[in-house]
Amino acid sequence: MDNRRKSVNNREFAVIAYCFIGLFLCTMGYFVYFQVAKSEEFINNPYNARQENFEKSILRGKIYTAEKEVLAETKTNADGTETRSYPYENLFSHVIGYATKEYGRSGVESWANFNLLRSSTFFLEKTMHQVTEEKSVGDNVITTLNLSLQNAAYQALGAYKGAVVVMEPSTGRILAMVSKPDFNPNTVTQEWDNIVADENGESPLLNRAAQGLYPPGSTFKVITTLQYIREHPDDYADYGYTCSGTIQKDNSKLSCYGKEVHGGVDLQRSFIKSCNTSFANIGLSLDPVQFADTCKELLFNRSLPTEKLDASKSSFVLHEASSVSEIMETSIGQGKTLVTPLHMLMIAGAVANDGMLMRPYVIDSIENHEGGSVKKYEPKEYGSLMTPEEAQILQDYMKETVQSGTASRLNGMSYEACGKTGSAEFGTTKGESHAWFIGYAHREDKEDIAVAVLVEEAGSGSAYAVPAAKSVFDAYYR
Amino acid sequence: MNSIFCEVSKYLMLLFFALYTWECFSVFSHKNKEKQEAIFRRQSLLMFLLHLDGYLVLFDQTENQKILLFYAAQVVFFLIIISSYKLLYEEAAQLLVNNMCMLMAIGFLILTRLSFEKAIRQFTIAVGSMILGLMIPYLIQKIRFARKLAFLYAAAGLLALAVVAVLGAKSYGAKLSFTFFGIAVQPSEFVKIIFVCFVAGMLHASKSFRQVALTTVLAAAHVILLVFSKDLGGALIFFVVYLVMLYVATANPFYFIGGLGCGSIASMIAYRLFAHVRVRVVAWKDPLSVIDKEGYQVCQSLFAIGTGGWFGLGLYQGMPEKIPKVEQDVVFSAIAEEMGGIFALCLIMVCMSCFLMFLNIAMQLKDGFYKLVALGLGTTYGFQVFLTIGGVIKFIPSTGVTLPLISYGGSSLLGTIIIFAIIQGFYILRKREGGQNGQQTKIREQP
Repeated sequence: MDNRRKSVNNREFAVIAYCFIGLFLCTMGYFVYFQVAKSEEFINNPYNARQENFEKSILRGKIYTAEKEVLAETKTNADGTETRSYPYENLFSHVIGYATKEYGRSGVESWANFNLLRSSTFFLEKTMHQVTEEKSVGDNVITTLNLSLQNAAYQALGAYKGAVVVMEPSTGRILAMVSKPDFNPNTVTQEWDNIVADENGESPLLNRAAQGLYPPGSTFKVITTLQYIREHPDDYADYGYTCSGTIQKDNSKLSCYGKEVHGGVDLQRSFIKSCNTSFANIGLSLDPVQFADTCKELLFNRSLPTEKLDASKSSFVLHEASSVSEIMETSIGQGKTLVTPLHMLMIAGAVANDGMLMRPYVIDSIENHEGGSVKKYEPKEYGSLMTPEEAQILQDYMKETVQSGTASRLNGMSYEACGKTGSAEFGTTKGESHAWFIGYAHREDKEDIAVAVLVEEAGSGSAYAVPAAKSVFDAYYR
Repeated sequence: MNSIFCEVSKYLMLLFFALYTWECFSVFSHKNKEKQEAIFRRQSLLMFLLHLDGYLVLFDQTENQKILLFYAAQVVFFLIIISSYKLLYEEAAQLLVNNMCMLMAIGFLILTRLSFEKAIRQFTIAVGSMILGLMIPYLIQKIRFARKLAFLYAAAGLLALAVVAVLGAKSYGAKLSFTFFGIAVQPSEFVKIIFVCFVAGMLHASKSFRQVALTTVLAAAHVILLVFSKDLGGALIFFVVYLVMLYVATANPFYFIGGLGCGSIASMIAYRLFAHVRVRVVAWKDPLSVIDKEGYQVCQSLFAIGTGGWFGLGLYQGMPEKIPKVEQDVVFSAIAEEMGGIFALCLIMVCMSCFLMFLNIAMQLKDGFYKLVALGLGTTYGFQVFLTIGGVIKFIPSTGVTLPLISYGGSSLLGTIIIFAIIQGFYILRKREGGQNGQQTKIREQP
């Protein structure tokens, strides 16, 4: 009897022992998982004071374009001090950023700080360096950026404030990212006080491409159109409206750009002529709750699924109780809606890529100082923003916009361009507007590219943003 | 800059500790007593080598000669522990003695690195505790009425916890300790032990429903007092220990599953009720988002672990002092940062080896009361290790408990040494009474 009870008893002991072995193994497993998968995020955090420690034993690595032009490198001066040098000065100021002792880091310098301060050479070499008190050479970062496109985008913006972002829709590779006004990263430490004081209110440190929030203007009609198609999948082509230049509903009134009268329009013609009154009319017929759902699917009010890039969240506010004027304004991209150029680029990219959004990324790979591969970042799918059929309709409309609509300056080139213009009114004064263009171009011999252009306080999209997009496409398909 | 000596020592210490850890488990594959003895001797040697290497690095980095004296004192201390067990209690479980010394040696090393002053205080307490620890096995053989005092244990335990809850000084939002003649005492470290004795006494006397219900009510009173003092880690340990003991004593899995269910409901309520609990859950979910406030400690801990990588930065090469309370609850992260992730993994395995030894001994015991006490104390130890390490690596929300034998803190150290000594005492008793049936058996083996 006693014996039997004892053996039963020991079975319970074994159960407990296995439970705890399980707990311990899970703890160890998590520890390994953390070291392998999560530690980089934590090491790279600006709050981690240990990063400064690395700089004592590692010479910060270089940053390259995709074609291996040097964008940033650390030079050791004759007196032993080090200078971080940026050969292209202002050209890459936001996307590559700066790395300073006093004022921290931004851009790729911040996102890849951990990699730049790691030396992935053979550990004996590092140990030897530690003994000889020599610095080991940090790993190099190869970006997805393209010098000639960045240059074209930079020149195209001219003296205007604004942003141009270029991406390969099929991979999510960011080829160019320009924001103006800019700064010179070589002298950012010396000029820090001036830059931060920002007496003209220009926020030169802000990367407008990823963080600037603007009303989308008529580029938003891509989304209003998508919503109309979703609510009328079979008869959207039968839509008809007669534009008289203005539309009035209750006490709210709204006009077309420059008081133009478009006459009888269907959905496609409303799109390519960017007819405000027709879209206000469409907006009033839409279900605001479903509209908000579609916008949520299109990444409004959410963190953008980018790899790094520090993008701001776009916002879209429409609900059942929204007023008539708010609905009308929102349908044409005014109202309370705010977007980043990067976000609009992602939507244009998804249209070009038959609905599939690739996560935008700017760091292509990491190599050690001898050129050996350390890490390669592969393109990652985020998911479908729309069905291929929906994307196809929008593609046709955007193509037609170039051929006979507001973006006709892009017509007749060696490549086939598609897009949507926008002129986003801001502030209280009527008539002041930001110029927008979102779109993409196609030619058989090369990958498609998508571009988003925003020119602040310029005027209409067709006059100011389309030429900038054209410069980028021309440079790419030259 | 790091000297070549420190750089090489980093890898050497890792190697010593990895070999030591391997032997903790390989010893069970040998039935031969001589072979086992040889392994235990090798383990002591590895412990002394690691200890020596570590202190040489500390001396190399600080050039403080007091460190050498301190090192010598520790060597004498460890030699005395190992030889006293050999002389006084030939039957003692040597793996436990080795592990206890190894963990203390690592503790002294990292504490000396973090704060020489605190390391010396810790050492003084260790010496006092070990004197008591060496007497405990003798006392266990003489005192046979311990099992009859269950209600006394409950009364003493509840009284101590109530005093803390009412009078205790506030330490980081939890009332844990009060000052007694100038020494901060944390009674819950000792109440753990008498709590285990109380539960064992009750359930050994009878397993009737009435007895189980009474025990549960009194045990719940302990847990509630701890929650009231905001000592969530302590409350969790008492709760789990009680469930495990109840399950093993009654062999009724429904108690265990039902208990876990009640525990989940209780923690949901605690989450709603106490801001203190919510804060820890927030800091666990996404520490970087609240890095300025609640998440600061966890983030600093993870910075340390991540930056240390697999091989560590080397002693004095990291910044463990950036972590709040690094000598106490977060000492594991300091070890991972400077001695390496592999070292930290080995440390978890050595703690697991202690726990398995405790359970192994509990299974071999014949006396039902001792069996339950050994099980309860083993669970206390094992679960505390899990809570503290899981907390600082963000596997689970942090509960603010110490890493036994390594963290700075007199009550924790004394309490843990008593736990090791009691279980050692049971083992010696069993060997002496059991006579020839003296081989260590593996856990899986059924007698």
